[in-house]
Amino acid sequence: MGFKNINIGTKEGVSNVVGTALLSSPRINREQMKNIQTNISTALVVDDDIINRKIHRKLLDNLGIESETVTNGKEAVDVHCTGKNFDLILMDLEMPIMNGIEATKKLREMGIHSMIAGVSTRSLEEEKQEFMDAGLNDFKEKPLTVAKLASILHKFCEDDLEPVTD
Amino acid sequence: MERNQQRRQLAVMRQSLFDQEYLDEQFIQLEELQDDANPNFVEEVVTLYYRDSARLIQSIEQALEKKPLDFSKLDGYMHQFKGSSSSIGAKKVKAESTLFREYCRVGNGEGCIRTFQQLKKEYTTLKKKLEAYFQLARQVGPAETACRPK
Repeated sequence: MGFKNINIGTKEGVSNVVGTALLSSPRINREQMKNIQTNISTALVVDDDIINRKIHRKLLDNLGIESETVTNGKEAVDVHCTGKNFDLILMDLEMPIMNGIEATKKLREMGIHSMIAGVSTRSLEEEKQEFMDAGLNDFKEKPLTVAKLASILHKFCEDDLEPVTD
Repeated sequence: MERNQQRRQLAVMRQSLFDQEYLDEQFIQLEELQDDANPNFVEEVVTLYYRDSARLIQSIEQALEKKPLDFSKLDGYMHQFKGSSSSIGAKKVKAESTLFREYCRVGNGEGCIRTFQQLKKEYTTLKKKLEAYFQLARQVGPAETACRPK
């Protein structure tokens, strides 16, 4: 399968480049990862599982995206209350104190326009729909992979979203 | 042992982990994330998994001793455990977790207990195999290991 770069969005000369071959591939290897460019520069990982936080952070790091991590929905809301903003939020669903649905609703009520991608092991359509209805831009089943993250970046441009951080 | 021979042994060890279905594709995903900045990333994740999941194993054990069994609580613990196991590509452990959750769903206590014993065996076996693998990998040194299993 040939690799074709498609320029799918630009901001100040920086483009989100995610090859169509990559988007349909189940796995993106280390070399292909280097070819992914994005204008997303910051992300927040919201997950109560320490292993997932580590993996998601590394995924983002490998794509040159700076990230912070919090362990539940309330911490995600609190960090925004300090004035911080992120281009992308990776939101787990099941978390103690405040789950992903509640946190997403709250962030949208606060006027947070960041891209929020739900990431969960829950796969039932009703559960996914309830999560999407809370205000997500995208949803991916865990475990998150480079290919799935690349798909989220692609959607960032498809939805005409703008990075909120410079 | 000569370096090339060690590399071959490492490759054989790695292949058998996939052939015997201890690991799945997700492990390769982790290997693809490893780079010069984090040359021990996979080992770090696996170490973290065994450290973090030990408390879940203990919680499940304690919950299985209580009568009557709280299947909702057991399912909750196993949901977390399955998620972590899935994240490192622990295929057999994940399969037993799924079976355990099915037994929780139907309220089959004996099934839960039996499956949990098997799960712990798989969990411990994988730990030993991965410890041996990473020990040899450290001796061999950094190299391209991520490749699709044959």
